[in-house]
Amino acid sequence: MGIEEHLGYNILTTTLEKLVDWGRKSSLWPATFGLACCAIEMIVTAANRYDIARFGMEAFRASPRQADLIIIAGTVCKKMMPAIQRVYDQMSEPKWVIAMGACATSGGIFDSYAVVHGIDTYLPVDVYVPGCPPRPEGLLYGILKLHEKILRDPFLTRQYRERLAARREEAA
Amino acid sequence: MSAVELLQTKFPEEVVEVVEFRGDTTVVVKPGRIVEICQTLRDDPDLSFRYLSMIAGLDHLPQSPRFGLVYNLYSHKNHDRITLKTYLSSDTNPVIDSVTPVWNTANWHEREIFDLMGIRFHGHPDLRRILMPADWVGHPQRKDYPLRGK
Repeated sequence: MGIEEHLGYNILTTTLEKLVDWGRKSSLWPATFGLACCAIEMIVTAANRYDIARFGMEAFRASPRQADLIIIAGTVCKKMMPAIQRVYDQMSEPKWVIAMGACATSGGIFDSYAVVHGIDTYLPVDVYVPGCPPRPEGLLYGILKLHEKILRDPFLTRQYRERLAARREEAA
Repeated sequence: MSAVELLQTKFPEEVVEVVEFRGDTTVVVKPGRIVEICQTLRDDPDLSFRYLSMIAGLDHLPQSPRFGLVYNLYSHKNHDRITLKTYLSSDTNPVIDSVTPVWNTANWHEREIFDLMGIRFHGHPDLRRILMPADWVGHPQRKDYPLRGK
């Protein structure tokens, strides 16, 4: 068909968007960022038994400027929130957020004045992973779901940010 | 002379009640001369309560007096403990003298109680929030503070 006929079987054709998305999802670098017990499960996910490197994610970056993904792994205190916001703002585009566990999703068991009830009130979350804490399989499943999402919509993060900005405007 | 006897002789007006429970002594005192009482317990050469283990704030809402403080003292010399307990006279504007001049460690303990319970310590060198963010409104460990915050 078309141009492939003339190129033979040595060359594959695709769209630029697909190629970029494939690259993005295949080397999603998470920020080194853990908050509570969920962080322990996240570390286990990165270690040899579950081996997050299978999905091109072994490079946990110590600098948010080199990371595409932030996994909010644990309870977010209100006092911690400015630091998280700052790390998120420092990450370069495009960037994604996973809310790992009950606390990051909704505050979990901490029905308290000191805890943020759901990180999605501040950051645009792409994938929620339920559990308290989620097992490494759960986190990996969430990451694979995120991969699917990245493949499907290249402008995903911008959409989410715009939606969040609209929500904030509404609230203000 | 035991700590209780000493307090009863030196501060007969201040000692309200002495409670013994399983070998632990609690002395309930009036809040007015708390610094002198603490100083006496610390400086008495036989007792030597040189170590303040902790201060706790109490909120007994809806009872009155509402606010109280508990001082747990320890004597390394005698391996002895004593608890001082006091109830503040005002339910709306609780104030007590700071014991920071007696034990330096009281500085942060009192800041924590100020932060979470809203009890003010007169004469404290640096009374500001220690746990909650600096711009926080209210004192979250009070009984009438909403669980999820305001």
